[in-house]
Amino acid sequence: MIQLVIIGIYLSLLLFLGVFSSRLFKGTSKDYMLASHSIGPFLLLMSIFGTTMTAFALVGSSGEAYKEGVGVYGMLASSSGIIHSLCFFLLGIKLWSWGYKYGYTTQIQFFRDRLESDRIGIILFPILVGLVIPYLLIGVMSSGVVISSITEGAFESSFAAYDYGVPPWLGSLVISLVVLIYVFFGGMRGTAWANTFQTIVFMVLGVVTFVVISNKLGGLDAASHAVLEKNPSKLMRAVDPADRERYAERYQTWTLIAKYNYARRILKTLKLSDEQTAEAYKEFKPRFPNWQTTAEAVYAAKNELYKLTNEQVNKALLTQDDRVMPDPFPEKWKQGLMAHHDLREYPRRDNAEDEKAQLIFAENIGHPEHDLDPNDPSKGKKWSIKKALGVYRASSWAPDAPHPMSKLVFFTYFFVPLSVGMFPHLFQHWLTARSAATFKLPVVAHPLFIMIVWVPCVLVGVWATSAMFNGAPLFPPHFPANAVLAAMVKKMTSPVLAGFLTAGILAAIMSSLDSQFLCIGTMFTEDIVVHYGGKDRFTDKQVVFMARMFIIVIVAITYGFSLLEPRRVFTLGVWCFSGFSSLFPIIFAAVYWKRLTKAGVYAGVIVAAGSWLYLFREAQFALNPDYTFLGMMPVATMVVASATAMTLVSLVTPPPSKETLVRFFPED
Amino acid sequence: MRYTIYGLVVLLIIIHQDNWLWDDKRLIWGFMPITLLYQAGISVGAAIVWFLATKFAWPHHLEEVTQEPPAQAQETGDKE
Repeated sequence: MIQLVIIGIYLSLLLFLGVFSSRLFKGTSKDYMLASHSIGPFLLLMSIFGTTMTAFALVGSSGEAYKEGVGVYGMLASSSGIIHSLCFFLLGIKLWSWGYKYGYTTQIQFFRDRLESDRIGIILFPILVGLVIPYLLIGVMSSGVVISSITEGAFESSFAAYDYGVPPWLGSLVISLVVLIYVFFGGMRGTAWANTFQTIVFMVLGVVTFVVISNKLGGLDAASHAVLEKNPSKLMRAVDPADRERYAERYQTWTLIAKYNYARRILKTLKLSDEQTAEAYKEFKPRFPNWQTTAEAVYAAKNELYKLTNEQVNKALLTQDDRVMPDPFPEKWKQGLMAHHDLREYPRRDNAEDEKAQLIFAENIGHPEHDLDPNDPSKGKKWSIKKALGVYRASSWAPDAPHPMSKLVFFTYFFVPLSVGMFPHLFQHWLTARSAATFKLPVVAHPLFIMIVWVPCVLVGVWATSAMFNGAPLFPPHFPANAVLAAMVKKMTSPVLAGFLTAGILAAIMSSLDSQFLCIGTMFTEDIVVHYGGKDRFTDKQVVFMARMFIIVIVAITYGFSLLEPRRVFTLGVWCFSGFSSLFPIIFAAVYWKRLTKAGVYAGVIVAAGSWLYLFREAQFALNPDYTFLGMMPVATMVVASATAMTLVSLVTPPPSKETLVRFFPED
Repeated sequence: MRYTIYGLVVLLIIIHQDNWLWDDKRLIWGFMPITLLYQAGISVGAAIVWFLATKFAWPHHLEEVTQEPPAQAQETGDKE
């Protein structure tokens, strides 16, 4: 409950900041959307950094490091330090100067002028809004997950289905409303101030989290040495032989369990007698909950108590791992045995673990503050549903196979940060700058700020793989990556500190959401309503009103999606960024290539959107986190395809008029 | 100097790949994985390169833009 109060106070502070900044609001749409070009270097740095660092940076990076190891930093953070600043330097300053001179508020206004094409907005608007929605989704989803994890057990009798904490749908809703309110009142100025405040909050609290967690794990050295001993592959990008051996052993045991369960539950050809069970338990040293099945499986296999055909073994593996059983069953799996990677080609059944865990552990599940056995407190507390799910996954599903990071994938990740060049919300932030010199501080400090936020997050995520807490592993196998940071904060800190640290995580999330909310409202009014309705048709008040209404509609749609969305934050983020990156060649050429034509841009945009849709579908709409195309990140193909189409078509179509070229390239 | 800066950026991109640390799990200072330390060094290197860019390759001519009032702000003002 203490955590909930602290989060409540923090959200109230934000609302106050939004209302306060509205007192400086000049009442014009220009002031609402661009803060009248009044933002100085420090505010610009903090607002740009706060906007680019989202749930993806905190929740996603620690979760992905937990899954993939320290290579995650090089894959995305250090490359972003180079590429983001390159985009600010090469694109931001030029676009700011044209925005200042010619009065642009959105990217589409710039493209219309630069390409002499009124219709470019019709194709770009839905694409940009369509890509901002998954970006918003990441923030909305993560905020719900974080609040839910941290408030587990906060209520005595309400929300039993959510472990007596705030349900994710409610957490997401509250965060969306708070951000909506301060964006409504404060506009761009409020957003820049709130971003600055929140960036300071999440950077400071991020460092505090890091120090507290490392102390709880016995210090920096102890935390890292535990990884070196138990999961050495997480400290590099190749697979350590020790991890490979441990995995082989675990997978072997798991196949025994799968076969035993299949013979016992499906074929019903095996039932151990009481004596056999007693014998099995006697020989087994329990190490984790639900160990009995493992003991029985090992005993049954050792004593050859059952025999299965190849087809039955393969069905046993699929059943044990909750995979969809192919129908008809493939001929090849009637002859040969599946390996783990073959098994992974069949998707897991939706909600299988939820139903089974709640059934198997029904007696253990309850309020996490209540005793499991009221007559014997030494048996511990009731299990949360999350814990039951965790125990089910750990004891039922196949162990994760250690895998190296592909060099080609690592290299082609470099294309992902190019997305910054095309983020509509970042374009709008660039335009708020007071002068070109305002960009100097963000260009230099951005890579350092990324390092300050990402290095601790990646280390914490890696430590989580091997950490012990109160004598047991901190996380069981298959623990959901998105919940790693919040769970560590909850388990390893006091309620007061957990409340503050949660506020820090929410700060990072909200500092991106606000800019995105504002930018979609701006795009709608400027690029659609004012552009097609006529400049003098609406008063400034009406424009601001319409921007606010459109924001509500988009937030409602996004919120609706968040209720259905099960994908990993990191994977979804990468797809969203990849879409923006595939449009990067267009903005770059518009700024530096005089020969660029509107037909070339149409070709580039269509190829970018087409290739994105095709590859996104191939990757099962982000449900397959390991999807690559030609062994590379799909973004590489999209960027190259879009750049090629744009270049070829531009070269064979008439160049832009002399007036346009003089307007944008006067020095030549 | 502008080309030197761009050359340094390309160099950063090349050394970012660090194939030579792919299977190195050493901990530096007792806790810091070497590959993470190296990549954090790339971030520091990037900040240095961008600092040099602001000193020696800054587009100073664009700073003159602010000597004129912003375009649409004028329009908005007229409208009001």
